[in-house]
Amino acid sequence: MPTFVYMTSCDGCGHCVDICPSDIMHIDPVTRRAVNIEPNFCWECYSCVKACPQNAIDVRGYADFAPMGHSVRCLREEEKGTISWKLKFRDGREKDFVSPIRTTPWGSIKAVTEYSAPSDAAFDSQELAHEPEYLRIEGGLPTYSGKFKEGVV
Amino acid sequence: MTRRKTIYVDSDILVVGGGFGGCGAAYESRYWGRDKKVVVVEKANIERSGAVAQGLYAINCYMGMQWGENTPEDYVRYQRNDLMGLVREDLGYDIGRHVDSTVHMFEEWGLPIMTDPETGRYQREGKWQIMIHGESYKPIVAEAARKAATEVYNRIMVTHLLMDKKKKNRVAGAVGFSVRTGDFYVFRSKAVIIAAGGASHIFKPHSAGEGMGRTWYAPWSSASAYALPILTGAKMTQMENRIVLTRFKDGYGPVGAYFLHLKTTTENAYGEAYEAKWRSSIEDMVGDYVNHEPTPTCLRNHAFLKEVEAGRGPIRMVTKEAFKDPHKEIIGWENFLGMTIGQAVVWAANNIDPKETNPELVMSEPYVMGSHATCSGAWASGPEDYAPDDYQWGYNRMMTVDGLFGAGDTLGGTPHKFSSGSFTEGRIAGKAANKYINDLGTDQPEVSEQEYETLKQIIYQPLETYRVGRNEITAGTVSPSYLIPLSGLQRLEKIMDEYVGGAGTRYMTNEPMLTRGLELLKMLKEDLAFLGADSLHQLMRSWELHHRVIASECVTHHTMYRKETRWPGYYYRGDHPQLDDKDWHCFTLSSYNQEADEYSMETAPVHHIVD
Repeated sequence: MPTFVYMTSCDGCGHCVDICPSDIMHIDPVTRRAVNIEPNFCWECYSCVKACPQNAIDVRGYADFAPMGHSVRCLREEEKGTISWKLKFRDGREKDFVSPIRTTPWGSIKAVTEYSAPSDAAFDSQELAHEPEYLRIEGGLPTYSGKFKEGVV
Repeated sequence: MTRRKTIYVDSDILVVGGGFGGCGAAYESRYWGRDKKVVVVEKANIERSGAVAQGLYAINCYMGMQWGENTPEDYVRYQRNDLMGLVREDLGYDIGRHVDSTVHMFEEWGLPIMTDPETGRYQREGKWQIMIHGESYKPIVAEAARKAATEVYNRIMVTHLLMDKKKKNRVAGAVGFSVRTGDFYVFRSKAVIIAAGGASHIFKPHSAGEGMGRTWYAPWSSASAYALPILTGAKMTQMENRIVLTRFKDGYGPVGAYFLHLKTTTENAYGEAYEAKWRSSIEDMVGDYVNHEPTPTCLRNHAFLKEVEAGRGPIRMVTKEAFKDPHKEIIGWENFLGMTIGQAVVWAANNIDPKETNPELVMSEPYVMGSHATCSGAWASGPEDYAPDDYQWGYNRMMTVDGLFGAGDTLGGTPHKFSSGSFTEGRIAGKAANKYINDLGTDQPEVSEQEYETLKQIIYQPLETYRVGRNEITAGTVSPSYLIPLSGLQRLEKIMDEYVGGAGTRYMTNEPMLTRGLELLKMLKEDLAFLGADSLHQLMRSWELHHRVIASECVTHHTMYRKETRWPGYYYRGDHPQLDDKDWHCFTLSSYNQEADEYSMETAPVHHIVD
């Protein structure tokens, strides 16, 4: 396919349309449900699978090289901060994995404009935002003081 | 023709592309420019766009200066060694000295970075890589960028840059169209930072059917990083330095964690190690470079290629031993689920459990980009505090066009930036763009109405061409008067594959092949005027193809110009099969003259700043 949408689960909400980096998830004008309009431009990135509130989107590996009968599904839970995976092999073997996705609450990043404005001296220096503090080293931002030479090294 | 609404967006700094380079640019632009209007424009949705849309399982560029693990000088030596001597060491040092602060910001924002239970430091995968649970790497970084930018415009494809009406060689903005509404956008800006994507799908991929989407680099990386500056006449560098990757077969799953962390090795079909036996023949081609540690990526590819040509393929990764350790087995799988899920799909479909089967590897088709083990891109000014005169003409990361900055895949000569280095380069460009704007004073750039109105006609033409042409035929995709974008893309891929060193010729080319390639590319470029699009989505595909063709032509000119084989394993010049340090220990530079439709080529010196 590689992604495809189950007719009975999709309610046409369009979350997949909003997120797809390849712009290939569209709402079919007849069924009013999502459809992958260009499977050969699908990276199997699972952005739509993860975004679907109905769990209506699944992946069937690329027909060129993936034998049928497998499944790789996931559940991404932002509140819990985890993603869970279930792999099913063609021969029925299964594997499960769970990973953390974030250590802080969603939306909690301090906006760059909430930091006090930098000084003119900082602006004129080579330092970037939050440097030298965020480098976590003594002596400040490393500066190159050696001599240039030309030729083969 | 349908009347298209024109929407004007004014800004101080326009960031084109909302991937890692663009998010870094947005963050830093606003940090230093609280009163400035910073606009990000993105073809998709910055929540999941760019090369990191799917996630990553490692940050491949981290010095670890706080623990004395590496210095910026070490990083420059590593870049230089891997790229066979030719990198912009001034730019590399600059990334190296700043990148740790970027990673520490990511950690504070909520990116789960693994730690070594014994040392308490970040878990190293290799000398430069640290391991992360990066499924949400992009959404986390996008959250910071959204809060930094004054406005983010998603689903707008930028097709061209706009030049200043009064002053030659100065940028004034960009134009594009909304893939959703079809509206025409004119972005007027004092400075522009290009942080668009490198190029997949300019060489024919191994899988040409449904699986053509499973390229190593994302299919949405459509060479805008190069086409946009090329059309303005900005100088480009090392565009011949395309990359070929050793990856797990079909899914292109990454091998880094396997080699570095799981300590796996490769073997031929008969269970033999093969790299060492090609060493002396490689030495005949490239001299002492083969003895450098670690062995340059291209030379390891070369050994792989020769072993397969000798009839001892397939090459396999020896995983069975490592996967007996349950911890390593989990890492091996989660590595894919975090960044290349398609490889897990391929293995599940083929009943491949690396605990029981040593999985096959493959060498990919070539890609053109600037942040992995390769450094194609625009020629940029270096850091003000130490870059040599040859590399300094204005503001840090500014191209040879005034006000036009770049980051990530866009800028050449700086390999091994990866996600963190690209974000860092965006930060550097964002601060420098602020300096540029402050120095402008009253001499502000201005777009030309005539220029953008002309572009408006050109941009929507594929919709009109299709609408008219479609009536000539009964049904289907075959028309005497238009070409659908997919057909044009496949024609490009075939030309590049057969003449410019694709997988089909085992990465081999020569001057006669390149000459013919340029003739075919010229006709393809002419035929782009006949692209037909049945929807806004296909209009986007049309302009992606334009960008890919422009970049491909530039790649071909560069490949022709460098008369040596600098990176065996990436590509070979059959007529110049040796590395030639006497004549070619230099950068290749090109500039495109749009009016004359001509490229001019020159060299620039390689200054080594570190021993």
